[in-house]
Amino acid sequence: MTTETTKEIPEAAAVPPPGVAPAPKASHGHRRLLTRRDRITLGFMAGLPTILHIALVWVTAFASIALAFTTWDGIGFDSIQWVGLQNFKELFEQNPQFWPAVQHNVIWFVVLIAIPTPLGLFLAVQLDKKIRFSRVYQTAFFLPVVLSMAVIGFVWQLIYNPDTGLINSIIGANEPGKYIDWIGDPDLNLWAILIAASWRHTGYMMILYLAGLKGVDPSLREASALDGANEWQTFKNVIFPTLRPTNTVVLVVTIIEALRAFDLVFVFNKGAEGTELLSILVTNNIIGESSRIGYGSAIAVVLLLISLVVIIPYLVATFRKERRA
Amino acid sequence: MSTTVVPKPRTPVRPARILLHLFLAGASLAWLAPLAWALYSAMRPYAETSEKGYVSWPDTLNFDNFTNAFTQSDMSHYFVNTMIIAVPAVLLTLFLSSMVAFYVSRFDFRLNIALLLVFTAGNLLPQQVIITPLYRLYLLIDLPGITMSGKLYDSALGLVLIHVAFQSGFCAFVLSNYMRSLPHELTEAALVDGASVWRMYWQIVLPLCRPAMAALATLLSIWIYNDFFWALVLISTGENMPITSALNNLTGAYFTDPNLVAAGALLTAIPTLIVYFVLQRQFVSGLTLGANKG
Repeated sequence: MTTETTKEIPEAAAVPPPGVAPAPKASHGHRRLLTRRDRITLGFMAGLPTILHIALVWVTAFASIALAFTTWDGIGFDSIQWVGLQNFKELFEQNPQFWPAVQHNVIWFVVLIAIPTPLGLFLAVQLDKKIRFSRVYQTAFFLPVVLSMAVIGFVWQLIYNPDTGLINSIIGANEPGKYIDWIGDPDLNLWAILIAASWRHTGYMMILYLAGLKGVDPSLREASALDGANEWQTFKNVIFPTLRPTNTVVLVVTIIEALRAFDLVFVFNKGAEGTELLSILVTNNIIGESSRIGYGSAIAVVLLLISLVVIIPYLVATFRKERRA
Repeated sequence: MSTTVVPKPRTPVRPARILLHLFLAGASLAWLAPLAWALYSAMRPYAETSEKGYVSWPDTLNFDNFTNAFTQSDMSHYFVNTMIIAVPAVLLTLFLSSMVAFYVSRFDFRLNIALLLVFTAGNLLPQQVIITPLYRLYLLIDLPGITMSGKLYDSALGLVLIHVAFQSGFCAFVLSNYMRSLPHELTEAALVDGASVWRMYWQIVLPLCRPAMAALATLLSIWIYNDFFWALVLISTGENMPITSALNNLTGAYFTDPNLVAAGALLTAIPTLIVYFVLQRQFVSGLTLGANKG
């Protein structure tokens, strides 16, 4: 066991004078105390998980980009052919499902941010008042978040089913002539399913906002009350501005949720007309009748680009904060 | 905030408070209604509901649909499948992501921000972005004798690997934040005393991360149990499906009997509900750990 010194690096060269508490940067000094075995251990500790993650998540993501410009039947690598932008052209110009899918993904996001998000915030503000039974209420609103999207899909089918469902049974719309097909009618089914999605999203948002509100300094409220501000003014001018970090997370989470939406729709009606989503189109290309790898990858690339527009700024902002901290 | 032990006088009951409680109670009931409806449907025999309609007073309420759904569709078999996937996946994810977190939070190698970025971004990608090449990759990888299918495709191992790869992004991010908040002197001292890196990780840092690990374990268990998508695409044999994806096949077989479907869906939800009620605090803190520090 020999203690090796690594190549001198400028930052580590400056040894802090004795008596001075080591600054966080001093961890560079760690390196000199590491034995060769330690460094091999560290290499494995970071390396193994990274290799697994990159191989299955990033290599495949880049493979999606590469394959989007090819046509391939999946049998043998020599059948891969470069076709340039043809997949995209076909997607944008000929696929009758593509633009509706993009539109539905956008609607999904707009609805989630417009209805369940403010509702979740409202519930969080009310439940943050230290009222009685707060836990009971929280549990009720949060319960759907724990369930799997697939189970939620089945539960809401029992409500929307045109023949036996709760809604049609109550309003008598399950008889011939008055029939309302919540699941199959392309004008209705997206909205029906968005109610189910909102039902779940509200609890999720409520929990995030409750956590954010716990971080609000109580003296702010007191000061605001002393100034004679009423509840609404306090919220609008004092509380809401301090929730900015939570709002950022909420926005990102909601966009990602809207792009990932899949299980619920698949269980509900397999993404039939009216509820097409980009995620459904990609998946149908694999488990559906026609497995066109290049074409499916082109749809995935559209999904990837939209995601990155959100992910990159968010991460840059998050990690900037980290570095300053 | 005063820290006296004098009980605070309870605020007098104001009309506004009563209104608020009425609203919250009403909204809570509305939120529980879909599940209550599913439970009500599941507890009634199909013959009765088809005769009297679904919105009607019950003549019989029992758990026959539950026992039928459980035995006829061999649900216990699918629960076992889920366990075979979820238990190793949760443990491996925590193990691997805590190692990465240890590395990036305790050793200021210049890679760490980049590494953490890669992990975190990877976890934010929609799953469908990577599924097409992943599906092909799984078909290409031959594992004769290791998995039943002889490939990575259609095997529990394949599902475990993708769960670990995908979820370790989130966990590495949360754990590295957590580890960064631990005092540096802890490991500095150990290092000076000549403790190996592995010992620092295993005996000093990891035990201190217990609360975060418990929260993440709860969250991961529920997420992986609830997974529908990976299994739908990467498992082809119905026999090998975990419970949540198998439910899709069950309902396909019993679609003529909504009561049985309701029972099956609720049975599938029971384990997650138990975990949630027992470990509510961990679950919620896990969700919010990722969203804001501490």
